[in-house]
Amino acid sequence: MVSALTTSERTGALAILFALLGAGVVMAASTATRSDPMGFHGYLVMLYALGVMVALLRGYFDAEPPSSRLEHYYDDPTKAGIILAMGWAVVGMFVGDWVAWLLAYPDLTFNSAWASFGRLRPVHTTGVIFGFGGNALIATSFHVMQRTSRARLPDQLSPWFVLLGYNLFCLIAVSGYLLGITQSKEYAEPEWYADVWLVVVWVTYLVLYLRTLARRKEPHIYVANWYYLAFILVVAILHIVNNLAVPASFAGAKSYSLFSGVQDAMTQWWYGHNAVAFFLTAGFLGMLYYFLPKRAERPIYSYRMSIVGFWGITFFYMWAGSHHLHYTALPQWVQTLGMTFSLMLLIPSWIAAANALLTLNGAWDRVRSDATLRFMMMAAVFYGLSTFEGSFMAIRSVNSLSHYTDWTIGHVHAGALGWVALITFGSIYALVPWLWKRDAMHSPALVEWHFWLAMAGTLIYVFSMWNSGIIQGLMWRTYNDGGTLSYSFLDTVEAMHPYYIARAIGGLLFLIGAVIACWNIWKTIVTPSPGAVSVADGQPLPSLLPAE
Amino acid sequence: MDVSHHLVVVFAKSFGLFYLLVMALAVLAYAFWPANRDRFDQAARDVVEDEDEPWA
Repeated sequence: MVSALTTSERTGALAILFALLGAGVVMAASTATRSDPMGFHGYLVMLYALGVMVALLRGYFDAEPPSSRLEHYYDDPTKAGIILAMGWAVVGMFVGDWVAWLLAYPDLTFNSAWASFGRLRPVHTTGVIFGFGGNALIATSFHVMQRTSRARLPDQLSPWFVLLGYNLFCLIAVSGYLLGITQSKEYAEPEWYADVWLVVVWVTYLVLYLRTLARRKEPHIYVANWYYLAFILVVAILHIVNNLAVPASFAGAKSYSLFSGVQDAMTQWWYGHNAVAFFLTAGFLGMLYYFLPKRAERPIYSYRMSIVGFWGITFFYMWAGSHHLHYTALPQWVQTLGMTFSLMLLIPSWIAAANALLTLNGAWDRVRSDATLRFMMMAAVFYGLSTFEGSFMAIRSVNSLSHYTDWTIGHVHAGALGWVALITFGSIYALVPWLWKRDAMHSPALVEWHFWLAMAGTLIYVFSMWNSGIIQGLMWRTYNDGGTLSYSFLDTVEAMHPYYIARAIGGLLFLIGAVIACWNIWKTIVTPSPGAVSVADGQPLPSLLPAE
Repeated sequence: MDVSHHLVVVFAKSFGLFYLLVMALAVLAYAFWPANRDRFDQAARDVVEDEDEPWA
């Protein structure tokens, strides 16, 4: 992979790694005189920089790549991103299932602070959303932006900076949670230095995307790029605004948010819901609008509707966040605004879901025989279901039953497992044989197994959380004749216990599916297609001699 | 200048309504403009038929 970089790119990479190493030394040294968890991150940054440096130096003096490389797309970062995404999927889902069992059996903490629910839960959410989802988005966006622009990435260093820099952020985040580092903002837990680093990485990502689009040979910018761009641009805005904070000291992890009180809550949920909208929806719709037509070999049913849906999603979602703050100190009209926009969101959401399903109209035989396409089809179905549920739950009176209960968890996982993970697995199963020049996945039977495990896991998970959540919500609001609550809080916890076990089993099935996917993808990568000349980095390898 | 809560609400309700309606009309006009039909159909077809190499 290093041999594909030009000499100046190798030098640039080395300079960046030295700067990173220096930053790690400063972080570790500044906490040397007193104990601060940021010091650990100093060593982590140093180790990461040194590790990448070793990989770089091993190929540093290789010959320059031939200029014929410019006649091909640059897919090395995409390949690495897919492998990283699958690695994070297993880690994130494993920790997710762990905390699911922990909720059913709360004594499983080994009396250790790091194993408490509060520290492990963000490892799960960051691992699956940012580790798995983020790497999958970065990898597929590199693929889609090149193909739809008919242009190669403008250089070979910045995609690696984005991918590896992003993974450093994820590592700092999850290791910090275990140490107890958090700024207590959901889905924005990492502290100020990790946030600053992510801004650098993310702006590079945006500039890289724009530079590729500027080089495009195809005059029309395909709609998938609009979704990916909205994802990158809006996540940058959300991340910067929500993380505005003043460090207590530059030599420590602790910082204080610029916001307080209800403004803090509003900013956090403006961020939080738009993270759902632009990280977990817009980016993955970009994936859907490229990989579904490709795999089905049919153009999208209505290109016009994809444009209308895009503008609806980008402009409606911005206002929906306040539905997380019904019945709070937030002014009533802001709550109503959030609720109304959440209801209106059903229109662009169902435009996208219907557009995907109507594209498959006439190709249902392929959906039946091709599990990869079926992953994408079910993703569109779950997208339609969970966006309907989300609009419904945003209604104030419905929210009074659902809020703070497991119904919310069920809703989130209908979206995260049913929509985000299924479209990602479908896209990866489509992409891996294309990128590694294989005829098909190593084992189509295992893709089938993965599909049914994922389906069973999602349904068990969602149904158990619906049951648990609605029971919980109803018990909380049941009064006796004397006008006092019929059930204590512990009564509700006992009622939820069987559903917690069911949920953990559903999660386990989903995790097993992801592990199978890893094995299948790995075998596809390492096993050359029978009879085919293997191609690495666009250069044909010398054919095997007959004597061999 | 004293920016009162009331003033912000009035601005949000009037300007917010106006710009969202105008934007919706602009998007619908762009998406359904008859002259754009061929371009959009072409774009949808091109993705399915994309090639393995960038264009020179």
